This record gives sequence, structure tokens and C-alpha cells, in this order.
Amino acid sequence: MSKELWKGNEAIAEAAVRAGLQAYFGYPITPQTELLEYLSRRMPDLGRVFVQAESEVAAINMVYGAACTGVRVMTSSSSPGMSLMQEGLSYIAGSEVPCVLVDMMRGGPGLGNIAPGQADYFQLVKGGGHGDYHSIVLAPASVQEAVTLTYTAFDLAEKHRAIVIIAADGNIGQMMEPVIMPPMREIVTGDGGWQLTGARGREHRVIASIGLEPEQLEAINFRLQARYAAIQASEVRYAELDTDDADILIVAFGSAARIAHSAIREARARGIRVGLLRPITLWPFPSARIAELTKRISRVLVVEMNAGQMVEDVRLAVGSQASVDFFGRLGGFVPMPDEILGQIAAIAARSPAAAPAGAGDLTGFQKPIRSWQA
Amino acid sequence: MLEEIVIAGFGGQGVLFTGQLLAYAGMTEGRNVTWIPSYGPEMRGGTAHCTVIISDEEIGSPLVKRPSAAIVLNPPSMAKYAALVRPGGTLVVDSALITERSGRSDIHEIDLPAKDIAADLGLARAANVVALGALIAATGVVQLETIVKILTSRFAARPEVLLANKRALRMGAEYVIKIVA
Repeated sequence: MSKELWKGNEAIAEAAVRAGLQAYFGYPITPQTELLEYLSRRMPDLGRVFVQAESEVAAINMVYGAACTGVRVMTSSSSPGMSLMQEGLSYIAGSEVPCVLVDMMRGGPGLGNIAPGQADYFQLVKGGGHGDYHSIVLAPASVQEAVTLTYTAFDLAEKHRAIVIIAADGNIGQMMEPVIMPPMREIVTGDGGWQLTGARGREHRVIASIGLEPEQLEAINFRLQARYAAIQASEVRYAELDTDDADILIVAFGSAARIAHSAIREARARGIRVGLLRPITLWPFPSARIAELTKRISRVLVVEMNAGQMVEDVRLAVGSQASVDFFGRLGGFVPMPDEILGQIAAIAARSPAAAPAGAGDLTGFQKPIRSWQA
Repeated sequence: MLEEIVIAGFGGQGVLFTGQLLAYAGMTEGRNVTWIPSYGPEMRGGTAHCTVIISDEEIGSPLVKRPSAAIVLNPPSMAKYAALVRPGGTLVVDSALITERSGRSDIHEIDLPAKDIAADLGLARAANVVALGALIAATGVVQLETIVKILTSRFAARPEVLLANKRALRMGAEYVIKIVA
């Protein structure tokens, strides 16, 4: 297996194909369109299903239908398109059928712009549609990781009969990086006892998200909550960098984490000990690990390409153990490493333990747009 | 080793392809690479640029504020990037299309008439490859032979285009070597 240079959108599409994707339904939107475009050639070549739907609303309902038959199915979009899909996602969650979505996030709200953003966090992580449900949300920080996560997303979706969302941003979609592609998998068809495959010779099955009697619907909800508890217990993923001796902990995901990585290198060269915790699963969130780390590390900086969304989950995990600062750029702005370095220096200067002589010289950068002190 | 390179010009001048060539070459030589394009609502004739990072270490941010080198192929790109190249860095300017100069003494500015050189070879569109040859000769970021190998596999079916591109690459590199010598 050799390294090849792949663009993020196309790499995700190919990874899905290799994972056994049988049906794709989607609608074009920048910065995700190359994903759909790639599959429009690749899927028919393999005799698999590709449909460009008339809208995102149609696409997600086609996904719903295909998911009920138990095939590996996916759609992809970017922020405004994801908003349109929320009703369908709620129905899919209520019906307990597996599917995979890709959100190549862009600047919002509204039509916003096509530059990279991370402001869909609340929508993706907290449910998005109505009702008590969760999606498993995976946040890649490189093209290779996007490939690996997409390849395993289908297994996760089937294992938990849940929605899995790849939450990336325009940077990851548009960037080219070296990738080692996983091998092509055989398409496996099996009957888990719930798929709608034609009732010949057996009892008919019903998949629906309706439960008219509260007793019935509460039982369905208890079952969903049990699934989510199992996911929280077994599927948390994160990556760490230089946390062992860190005086300051940065928590960031996706593109923002890469940029923080550059800033951490610079900070360490200046004698400020900074570490990074990068959640790979945004839900389930690595709360326990953050709580453990902040028993020792008393200063936390959260960096996001939004106005402060994941920071709320970080605060819940940290409690009163450490101070939590936030730095974000909005509207499709990607922060530069020196901006984050400025934030690090300001925190170090405030905290004698974390500040070597001269660390405060780096202040004068943009102030945190929101800051919380424990 | 860490090079952060911006390639900028008009859409249609091959700036994105030039960056991909460079990224491919870096990867072929066993380094970490990223290539990221500008992807605004752009069109042929509008401005386009890409950023290529080639590094021995894991690459953090794929975007840079101050590149270590830049190739500029039109006046708007010159206006934007001439001031941003880091001190000690390299700026390759197509002087057939850009009359301005950076006026900086703290960078290596290479002014070469890339478009004219390419036109003399009968492939005016290869100005980007001439400029790439100059950049490689000036920085040593990758080996010229690696680029030749990639061009050879890319243009296997079109030997005349391959030949012109190989010549364009060499002419760009020789132009720089002559300045230095």
C-alpha cells in the first residue's frame, strides 16, 4: 500500500466506497461538492446506487428509506444543507436505522459563506432535530483521519443502529494530503432481524418513528437511551499531544486543533509548556479524560472556529477544577497559529506557574472574545 | 526542513496544478505535505492561489500568514505576497507579466520572464513550470528529477507536451543558476 495525494472530499468518498457503501443520495453544495461529484462516477462504475436528489430534504429521506433495508448508505452536505436534513435525521434516529452523513462545515448562520467553519457543533452534537436523540459525531483533523473515520463509520452505525456524522470543515474537504487507502471490502448482506428485505416466508416487519401511546413511546425512548449509554461507555475517542508536563491545556477539534498544534510548537520553543487534547468523537465527548487532566492542569484554553460551542462541554467536564478561556474566529475565518500563540502567552502571563520569564512579551494579540474564570 | 510556499496568479495559469506538482514531489521524497487551494467563488481570469507545505515534521496549520517562498504570476498576487514573504525567503516573479518589484533587500527576489521563456518553447501555458523550475533551483525544496518523473507519468500519452514541460522546468532552473553564477 503506497501513499497517494488525495483531496479530502474525494478521499472520504473513496473510503466510503471501500467500506462497502451501497447507496448514496445527495445534493451539491460548496465546499462538499467534489464528494458527490466523485461518487457520481465511481458508484455507477461499480453497479451501485447514486442519486442526485432534488434537494437535501429529499436526499435525507432517500437515505432513510435505503437505511430501512439495511444497506450501507450515506449522504453528504455542508451547513445549510444539514439544517434542511434535521427533520429526516430525527425520524431516522427514532426508527433506529443506521446511516452515515458527512458535514463539510462552512461559515454561518444563514446562507453564510463557503469558507471553513465549526459552528454546526451544537446542531450535530446536541441532536439538531426534535426529540431525545444523539448522533455519533466524528471530527477528523487530517485527510488520512477522515479516511480512517469514514471507513469505520459504517461499522459503528450498524453496531449501534445509530446515525454517524463525519463533522469536518471546508479545510479538510478542500485540502490535499498523503493518504494510505484501506482495502476494498466485500459487501456483506445479512439479516439482523429488523431490515425490510421483503416479507416472503416470514412475518412482516414495521419500521417507524411513531409511538402513539406514551407507554409505547417511553419504552422506545428508554431503548434509545440505553443505546446512547452503551455508545458513551465504549466509543469515546481523542488524541493527546504533550499533555504529560503541560501547564496549559488546549482543547480543540478538527482544523482548529491542527492550528493549535502549530501554536503549541511555537509556545514550547519559548518555554511555555502547553499540551493539546483533541476530541475525535464530539459525541460521545471525552469528558472523563478532560476531568482527569484538569485535576493537575489548572488552565484550559478552548479554540474553535465558532463563537464558543464545544467550550460548554469542556466547562461541564472541568467544573471548578481549572479556569477555562475561549478563543474563536467567526464567519469562516480560520485562526492563524500566532493568534493562538498570543492567547497562550496571555494565559501564561496571568499564571506565574505557567509563565517563564518573558512569556508576557507575546501579549498584545487579539483579546479572547469570551473568557470564563473558574 | 520546512518550506511554506504560496503560488498565486490568475485562474487558468496553472497555479493549483503547479502546487500539486510540488506537493506530489515532496510526498515522493518521503516528506509530509499539504496542499490547500483558495476556493472562493472563483472563475477563469479571476485570482487563484494555493499553499503548499513540505516538512520533515507533522504539519499543523495548512495555512500560513507569512510564507517562506512565493511564486507570483500576476500583478494582484505581487501586490499581496511581495510584502508577506518571510525575511530570508524567496519570491519568484514572472517579469513578463509584472512590472513592479518588491523593493525588499531582505528576501531573494527572482525576476524572470517566465511567460516569454515558455512562449519561446512553443508552450506559452508552461510559464508556471518555468517559474517552478526557478523556485526549485533557488530553494532546493525538492529535486528537479522528482518533478520530471511526475511529469513523465502525467504526460505519458502526450510526448510533445512532456518535452516542452521538461524544457520549461530546466529553463527556469538554469535562469536562476545563471544569476547565481
